[in-house]
Amino acid sequence: MTQSVQVILADVNPTDPENWRLKSYLKRDGYAALKKIIANKIPPENVIEEVKKSALRGRGGAGFPTGLKWSFMPRQYEGDKYLVCNSDEGEPGTFKDRDIMRYNPHILIEGMAIAAYAMGAKTGYNYVHGEIWETYERMEEAVEEARLAGFLGNNILGSDFSFQLYNHHGYGAYICGEETALLESIEGKKGQPRFKPPFPASYGLYGKPTTINNTETFASVPWIIRHGGEKYLQLGKPNNGGTKIFSISGHVNKPGNYEVPLGIPFAELLEMAGGMRGGRKLKGCIPGGSSMPVLPGDVMMKTDMDYDSIAKAGSMLGSGAVIIMDDTTCMVRALERLSYFYYEESCGQCTPCREGTGWLYRIINRIEHGKGRPEDLDLLDNLADNIQGRTICALGDAAAMPVRAMLQHFRDEFVYHIEHKKCMV
Amino acid sequence: MLSTESLEKINREIAKYPTDQKQSAVMSALAIAQDEKGWLATETMDFIAKYLGMPAIAVYEVATFYNMYNLKPVGKYKLTVCTNLPCALSGGNDAANYLKQKLGVGFNETSADGLFTLKEGECMGACGDAPVLLVNNKQMCSFMSNEQIDQLLEELRK
Amino acid sequence: MINIEINGKQVTVPKGGTVMDGARQLGIYIPHFCYHKKLSIAANCRMCLVQVEKAPKPLPACATPATEGMKVYTHSQQAVTAQKGVMEFLLINHPLDCPICDQGGECQLQDLAVGYGASESRYQEAKRVVTNKNLGPLISTDMTRCIHCTRCVRFGQEIAGIMELGQAGRGEHSEILAFVGKTVDSELSGNVIDLCPVGALVSKPFRYSARTWELSRRKSISPHCGLGSNLIVQVKIDRVMRVLPRENEEINECWLSDKDRFSYEGLNSEDRLTTPMIKRNGQWHSCDWPEALIFTVDGLKSVMERHGAKGIGALGSAHSTLEELFLLQKLIRALGGGNIDHRVRQADFRADSNLQGVPWLGMNIADVQQLKSVLIIGSTLRKDHPLLAHRFRQAVKNGAQLNIINPMDDDLLMRVANRAIIAPSEMVNMLARVLKAMIEAKSSEGISKHIMQSLEAVNVTDEAQTIANSMLTNSPAAIFLGNIAQHHPSYADIHAIAQVIAKLAGASFGFLGEAANSVGAYLAGAIPNQGVLGSEIKHAEPPFNAAQMLGNSPNNAVPPCKAYILMNLEPELDAYNPQQAMKVIDNAEFVVSLSSFRGNITNYADVILPIAPFTETSGTFVNTEGRVQSFNGVVSPLGDTRPGWKVLRVLGNLLQLDGFDYETSEQIRAQVIPAEDVITRYLNNDLKDYAINIPSEEMIGLQRIGEVPIYQADPIVRRAESLQLTSDAAPPKVWLPTVLLEQLNVNEGEIVRLKQGDGEVQLEVACDDELPFNCVRVASAHSNTIALGALFGEISVEKL
Ligand SMILES: Cc1cc2nc3c(=O)[nH]c(=O)nc-3n(C[C@H](O)[C@H](O)[C@H](O)COP(=O)(O)O)c2cc1C
Ligand code: SF4
Ligand code: FES
Repeated sequence: MTQSVQVILADVNPTDPENWRLKSYLKRDGYAALKKIIANKIPPENVIEEVKKSALRGRGGAGFPTGLKWSFMPRQYEGDKYLVCNSDEGEPGTFKDRDIMRYNPHILIEGMAIAAYAMGAKTGYNYVHGEIWETYERMEEAVEEARLAGFLGNNILGSDFSFQLYNHHGYGAYICGEETALLESIEGKKGQPRFKPPFPASYGLYGKPTTINNTETFASVPWIIRHGGEKYLQLGKPNNGGTKIFSISGHVNKPGNYEVPLGIPFAELLEMAGGMRGGRKLKGCIPGGSSMPVLPGDVMMKTDMDYDSIAKAGSMLGSGAVIIMDDTTCMVRALERLSYFYYEESCGQCTPCREGTGWLYRIINRIEHGKGRPEDLDLLDNLADNIQGRTICALGDAAAMPVRAMLQHFRDEFVYHIEHKKCMV
Repeated sequence: MLSTESLEKINREIAKYPTDQKQSAVMSALAIAQDEKGWLATETMDFIAKYLGMPAIAVYEVATFYNMYNLKPVGKYKLTVCTNLPCALSGGNDAANYLKQKLGVGFNETSADGLFTLKEGECMGACGDAPVLLVNNKQMCSFMSNEQIDQLLEELRK
Repeated sequence: MINIEINGKQVTVPKGGTVMDGARQLGIYIPHFCYHKKLSIAANCRMCLVQVEKAPKPLPACATPATEGMKVYTHSQQAVTAQKGVMEFLLINHPLDCPICDQGGECQLQDLAVGYGASESRYQEAKRVVTNKNLGPLISTDMTRCIHCTRCVRFGQEIAGIMELGQAGRGEHSEILAFVGKTVDSELSGNVIDLCPVGALVSKPFRYSARTWELSRRKSISPHCGLGSNLIVQVKIDRVMRVLPRENEEINECWLSDKDRFSYEGLNSEDRLTTPMIKRNGQWHSCDWPEALIFTVDGLKSVMERHGAKGIGALGSAHSTLEELFLLQKLIRALGGGNIDHRVRQADFRADSNLQGVPWLGMNIADVQQLKSVLIIGSTLRKDHPLLAHRFRQAVKNGAQLNIINPMDDDLLMRVANRAIIAPSEMVNMLARVLKAMIEAKSSEGISKHIMQSLEAVNVTDEAQTIANSMLTNSPAAIFLGNIAQHHPSYADIHAIAQVIAKLAGASFGFLGEAANSVGAYLAGAIPNQGVLGSEIKHAEPPFNAAQMLGNSPNNAVPPCKAYILMNLEPELDAYNPQQAMKVIDNAEFVVSLSSFRGNITNYADVILPIAPFTETSGTFVNTEGRVQSFNGVVSPLGDTRPGWKVLRVLGNLLQLDGFDYETSEQIRAQVIPAEDVITRYLNNDLKDYAINIPSEEMIGLQRIGEVPIYQADPIVRRAESLQLTSDAAPPKVWLPTVLLEQLNVNEGEIVRLKQGDGEVQLEVACDDELPFNCVRVASAHSNTIALGALFGEISVEKL
């Protein structure tokens, strides 16, 4: 299968330094969707309806239907409402939002403007991951371009629709990808997630109704408006509308971002990424970013890349970060590194995550260093149990799920480590 | 305390938020102050607290929560290497080890000449370009093979 | 209302209520650490996880909103497994050093670990160690024990109004601390000790002095500000070891100010008197009670013989009990005299005969929180009334507009809507402007001709206008006079105008009672022109009030007294004009001091009668809202100390006066507070027929703003060692605005000479640009400033 239709990265040319600019975007029919809405005075409800029809699901990780989320925003609310874009891409393995922002920033701006129009938000913030300073700078420039051209600001394109968009630069905290931590962070606090309910739609940024979507989610919207939700849905599969950008990393020949229709077979995607590096065997794959359960290679090879198929296979599509591991990979070591990540990135607020992530890491670290004990594996499983579902935010789950999946699929390897005090690969 | 240039930058950040939400600019204010001073001394944080009208301890909370703030002086160049799993699968650890050996330091240490501080980083959202490293929080360097690292160090030393 | 079911029992909670609320109503205990009924919900400890029908995972009871028909199980298999899991996590990094921990015996973690912890730890890794922090003289830390519930942080943000503690770092590395090099200075800081569920934050003064189970708990009432906080006094072998709040929603809730909490150290101070003392031929001798009392009686009689009973002046502090004050006035009056007062810091008594009752708060303390507009006139609110300030803070949080008219602009840690910061000499004028603005906006109906005339020359300013508008457009509104207003040389006019403003605005009007018994002292008749409960007293000659007795009368022709009886007073610290007060006392023929502390008494008295502080006697305080609160002694009197009421009773007997045969303090109390009577009918803030006088000319020269520092306000707190180490107890400086610094050509940090009357002191200069022009702020009631004169009025500053 070829890259038949691209929604976000279509005609994007990373090698052309001017390609990201407004001028080029306009040539690619950029802002046509926003213009269409404003020129035809399309009622906001209809915009949301169109997005619902598209079966667009959140690209940030949870896969929540976007149109439905938008409909939660209180219509009649008098005060300020906010729109927030989650570009705090920090889920290990994920690097698509950065490419969207640096190669096609205006598609995000247009998508957000349309969303703001649909939900009646007057102000938006785009929260950009801390480590990608150059991308943040580019977003600042792009927003300025859009403002000068009248796509942002007061009375957009002469209408009575106004929308201000600002970029907020993160500064190194994975947890700020969690939507309520992100809101806290914009408010100038530590990024500690809030307990939900209340949900952001009723109590969000500065306590005001707020909708948060991922960069890729917003970037999909202009296409949907231009071509219709129905058409977008048909790009993918029912309940899994449209295309998705998969970030492929690890043991492949051509790591990178690939925008493909949802539902393509994993094998095909792997081929697009140049196949396994050195022609080695696929041992395991984390199909949706490091927080998702790992799947053995043979299971992966039989799976299609969409939300429902991956769920059926026992993992989740998450953010679409596909981490490929060949048969030289030590799974104990891989898990040790991931556990270290969650241990370091736990915000420290709630007990199971603050205390549990460190404990998990220390046990796995011990096993990796030949000091494992036979009872450790059951202990790990039980601790993961005690963390999962007991925390304020899903970081607890994200720390627990990889542990359980690794033990489920690669238990032998852990046992070997404990028994032989060394690695089997 | 801070240069007028920095203050202007901070003011531009403050303007992004509602007038009664100056605190929202604390992250960028700290980043701007750090760019000017190299690190965040107590007085710097105190100054920012007053400038934004927030409790000093709340500034400290922020400064200690986010990874990219330097609460101690660092070398002229802070090099942060991502060693997270996706990068590690493509040489992230090798790059880190090579840097350790070249600079004669471990993580969180500064080279004898005071030029380089080495840091271990978490996912930078650039795993496709592994190994990646970040210079002074700003400049992202991709595909950092040993040769690339040599070249970078040489350029920075100039 | 929402109906839910917990463990099979039905309960109804208000909309927005949580599962925890429901459980509390049912008396079902759900284990918790971070939840606290007075703080925002953090839901971070996860100890309160419970099973909710249809929920896939256990939910935190503290944060889960009740929904109609919800079924909750707090002790099901799922709930208990979750709770045990959390407990295990909490304990892995906890030092488990209960045997050496001060919290031992009253530790929530210890208690719950018994029920939810495993006997053996599965955690074999190294434990976290956290360095301790210096948070100041009151709070001691052992941060390794911290379980990160953030109660202390939320307390600062939400109750104290100042975020001094925070949680820095993240994950397992997060720590509770203050900003680098800072301590915790809030006047409510001690509450974090109670809030901390483990032994991470403990009381520094109390630390290591006793195990909690050795302490007995006795009820008492705080003797400091007018709030009347309810106390638990903890005692070991007849010594007060610690003071904790006794919960009373209507007064102090579950809080205590640091003053109420830590001033008990003063009770055990070295300066306590233990035996009576008399001065013979210029030499002080300890003696027994009979000798001291006879000496006293002889001294008083001899003065009476020469000058009559009017030669005796009696001054009792309003920190004394109702019973003591009652007997003191009874004694003086039985002797045929009438010079009795408790208002030693009051300067202006012109409206005394216009008072219609006992000045009080004008409303219930708890209702302060419901106010929508507040005008506070002359108060260092946080320092004079730390916990009342918290009530105002909550009101402001709920949307109340706070307006202040004050000579200084200290940070009140709450939003001030409108402020008029003006020189003390301008305060009456400022109020007149507010009144005029209000009349212009509303009507002059009911305003006397005299007032209308006096207002003619007054010009409404913007500040006055906004304050008037705030009072007129927001209801309920209230006006309060603080200590500075009550000490002010034009107190009567301030009082009178404020009363008119309140009437016009339909606002409540009241006083922030300065001392524990400011209301009780009036009720007991410890004022010159009225007896018990305002009863009429006939005198041939008008008796002296406090100002007259202390030589501070505008009419200096009146000679002060020849003998003084002082009760719980240190006149050099407690008087409006210490210089003047000490002059008349030094010149008196005979001075009796009933006191718990030695202080400087030997410099001026002839006999010292050691009386018991509130912990060693029974008694009654009537707080600023008119609530009568009696208490018993919690320890026996130190040495030969005797309860004040017993001493006065015996004096009455020895002087052969009638009606001094009381057996118990209850009998005395019954003389003031009739059982079936409602005390509130004696409370009334109105002045009748007082002719307001609005000063027309401005005061020239520098004027003093003399406030009483928080930890200098009464004899007990002055001797509380740890409180004396706080920043609030730092030696007074002289505060000047920059303009004055420049005029005087002095810099901050320099030492200058201050002169008032014929006294002078040298103090360090500090700058406060919020001060009104030509105002000099110098605290009183401190040994470094007692040589100065009146709290307000002219002062001179000289460069050295
Ligand atoms: C620990 C954690 C990290 C997350 N990181 C990200 C992230 O980097 N980017 C993102 O878009 N969503 C992230 N999410 C998901 C967000 O909370 C949120 O669901 C998402 O931004 C919603 O957007 P969507 O509906 O468009 O997917 C994270 C969630 C958790 C629990
Ligand atoms: S689960 Fe972890 S990251 Fe999420 S709130 Fe709890 S401590 Fe913070
Ligand atoms: S009491 Fe509910 S989470 Fe702490």
